[in-house]
Amino acid sequence: MKEQLQKDFDNTIKNLNLSQKDIEIKKFSLDNFLNKGFPNRKEEDWKFSDLNQIIKKNIGELSFYNDYTSTNKVDTSVFVDGLEHNKIVFINGRIEKIDFHYEKKEQIEIIDQSETINKFDNNNSLSDLNNALTNKSFKIVIKKGYQLLKPLIIYHTTNSKIWSKNINLRLDFELLEDSCLRLIDLFNDTSEKNFLNIFYNFNLKENAILKNYKIDKIENKNIKYSFNNIEQNKNTISETFILSSGSNFFKSEINCNLKGEHSSAFVNGIFSIDNNKHHEIRTIINHLTENTKSFQLIKSVLENNSKAVYQGKIFVNSDAQKTDGYQLSKAILLNKDSEFNAKPELEIYADDVKCSHGSASGSLNEDSIFYLMSRGLNYNQARELLINGFLLDVVEKITDSEIRNLIKNMIGIKE
Amino acid sequence: MENRQKEIDKLKDYKYGFSTDIENTRAPKGLNEDVIKFISNIKKEPQWMLDFRLKAFERFKQLKEPDWQKPKYPKIDYQDLYYYSAPKSMDDKPKSLDELDPKLLETYKKLGIPLQEQARLNGIAVDAVFDSVSVATTFREELIKQGIIFCPISEAIQKHPDLVKKYLGSVIPLTDHFFATLNSAVFTDGSFVYIPEGVRCPMELSTYFRINASNTGQFERTLIIADKGSYVSYLEGCTAPMRDENQLHAANVELVALDDAEIKYSTVQNWYPGDKDGKGGIYNFVTKRGLCKGKNSKISWTQVETGSAITWKYPSCILKGDNSVGEFYSIAITNNHQKADTGTKMIHLGKNTKSKIISKGISAGFSDMTYRGLVDISSKASNSNNYTQCDSLLMGNKCGAHTVPYIKNKNSESNIAHEATTSKISEEQLHYCQQRGLSAEEAVSLIVNGFCKEVLQQLPMEFAVEAQKLVGISLEGSVG
Repeated sequence: MKEQLQKDFDNTIKNLNLSQKDIEIKKFSLDNFLNKGFPNRKEEDWKFSDLNQIIKKNIGELSFYNDYTSTNKVDTSVFVDGLEHNKIVFINGRIEKIDFHYEKKEQIEIIDQSETINKFDNNNSLSDLNNALTNKSFKIVIKKGYQLLKPLIIYHTTNSKIWSKNINLRLDFELLEDSCLRLIDLFNDTSEKNFLNIFYNFNLKENAILKNYKIDKIENKNIKYSFNNIEQNKNTISETFILSSGSNFFKSEINCNLKGEHSSAFVNGIFSIDNNKHHEIRTIINHLTENTKSFQLIKSVLENNSKAVYQGKIFVNSDAQKTDGYQLSKAILLNKDSEFNAKPELEIYADDVKCSHGSASGSLNEDSIFYLMSRGLNYNQARELLINGFLLDVVEKITDSEIRNLIKNMIGIKE
Repeated sequence: MENRQKEIDKLKDYKYGFSTDIENTRAPKGLNEDVIKFISNIKKEPQWMLDFRLKAFERFKQLKEPDWQKPKYPKIDYQDLYYYSAPKSMDDKPKSLDELDPKLLETYKKLGIPLQEQARLNGIAVDAVFDSVSVATTFREELIKQGIIFCPISEAIQKHPDLVKKYLGSVIPLTDHFFATLNSAVFTDGSFVYIPEGVRCPMELSTYFRINASNTGQFERTLIIADKGSYVSYLEGCTAPMRDENQLHAANVELVALDDAEIKYSTVQNWYPGDKDGKGGIYNFVTKRGLCKGKNSKISWTQVETGSAITWKYPSCILKGDNSVGEFYSIAITNNHQKADTGTKMIHLGKNTKSKIISKGISAGFSDMTYRGLVDISSKASNSNNYTQCDSLLMGNKCGAHTVPYIKNKNSESNIAHEATTSKISEEQLHYCQQRGLSAEEAVSLIVNGFCKEVLQQLPMEFAVEAQKLVGISLEGSVG
């Protein structure tokens, strides 16, 4: 892998217009990655999901160079109908379109950061890989007091042109005071056996509101890793929803730093997976100051040899009195070969706090099935109804009604 | 005399902080094959036992000290420890209590274990381990009548080699982790219990451990075997004198429960926790593991952890037999600069296995407490159940309380439920108690005892009283 990576790195650098200093930084990141390699089971955070093995087994040799010189045709058929929205379109990792035509031009600033390196540190080698190999990267600034009229949908589309590729993406968002952004990440993959490595950074200034919905619904054979870093100042709210379902492997990490008083973070997630898929959500909520709040709800329905992992951590600093932290993960294992692993962790250094977590996993409740069947439903209908109700609970947590309906339709959950 | 007075003054802080001036026989300092041979030789051990030790030592040399735990400690120099220390008068073992060194007896009296009286009045059989050697076992004859073997493990190696050979290392194998392997190589003494088929042990069996000499590590080994349909309740208590340096305690405890047998293992651990500034104290790195080998067997661990500078242990159950049950009840209290990383592992292998974990953690002062636990239901363990509850109580904002559960479910017919909460003592409760005339400390002690009640109830009577007092003492000075 090393030689390939070095070669691909040189090719990538050639096409970028970087200063010597920036090249040095990229090289440094590359060396870091070469030293550590892909994360493996020996690292605590990757204990349940050995990415190194997963890549070896599913992809084999990866190549890291992507030719971004020619444009891809944007296939408009993938766009969401019935919801007016702004768009950012990635095709095979190349940014093809940024379209904010519903919004006031002067309220949104788009800065090309491709030629300034802003390093991303999260202590795992994937951030090094991303630092070294991202091609274009943009920063989107929402101006003071501006609330986007329409949601922004980021289309992550891949097609059969790529095979065994590693794609690295990065976006940076800054939400200035009193601004609001609704963001949907929609994964549309028709490619196979690629590794996507996506890093987002959000910086929320006072009173800003971020709503981020990640939807990985379409069946595909790709391996994905997504990392969200969310910095939260005073009175900010972040809401994250993850539907983890389509990819072969998908690990989403959310890191929230609640730095300002009265800031709050909500993370809700659904795993709905089958057929040997392996998905993970890992959250780290850092309560760094007084009067902050976090809430997490993760539900899983697992079938046919699938495996879901939830690692959630609530950290409470000694200054963070009056913290309210809650975390609940529930899983239904539908057949014998499925597996659910959880590591709900509390690390608390302040005494005046209210923190709790719960985790439960097991089979569908036989009594409930019996009840429904006694009312005339057949077994499959009863099962559907119970699963529907189980997951509806999470979808109902979505605060934006427009998007809630969209997601309900997408995954076919009835009220 | 002056020294004596100083010591007595100190006792006000830690009741068991005295040391006894008894001449000790020690192995040469350091860890090498010769020391292991020395230990084996002085114990007059058969060749197979020495081989066992040497094999463990070979393995030990390849192992690295683990460092994933939360409480970090300065590096231990394993060559700078004494691995064997015994009161000199023990060189020729006493035949009965009357032949014991009077000074030893006095020490035990101070500890609250008057061996002779206990033998007569209490109806608890006691095996006392002083530094590295088991000094006295009471109530022997009564037990022998029922066919129960309760003796120091060094004696069991001589007299019951078949049993020891069969079960020693069967739950904690030689190749286990760093500290367990070290123990296998250098363990000095400990208790051995065998309950024959169908016998319900008529009294509580009890061991008291004490580290007396300085610079010694204590490495006992306890092996309890409950044969088919038998029952035993076993108590363990620990104390150590106050010394400025840290002392290592790395014991191994193995439990084996065969078909329909039940073992109840209770610990009140009150090793010296170090002084108010965190100087000195015991490193309690113990490996405790129980194997529910047979069908319908049951192992339950109850622990009250109030002492030690660092407590790092996970009493575990391997539920191998169908319908077997594992339980874990724990209270861990840390104050001042104490640190604890404790919890349990429940490994479900058999069908219809059940486990229950109740853990209560209280941290005060500058201390740090972690509950770390594993519940693993394997794909063959159909229809198994686990329930886990861990609650933490924080007193002050200089301490920490953490919960790190690992939950693995590979069986769709099995259920796991886990809950954890962290909170502080409510002002209202304190106010209410103080209004009724209790001092702040009494109020805290009362509330904490209530918080721990679920676990305290699991302890045998004699221990419950001691444990309740201990809970109060451990938290002294933590209010305000």
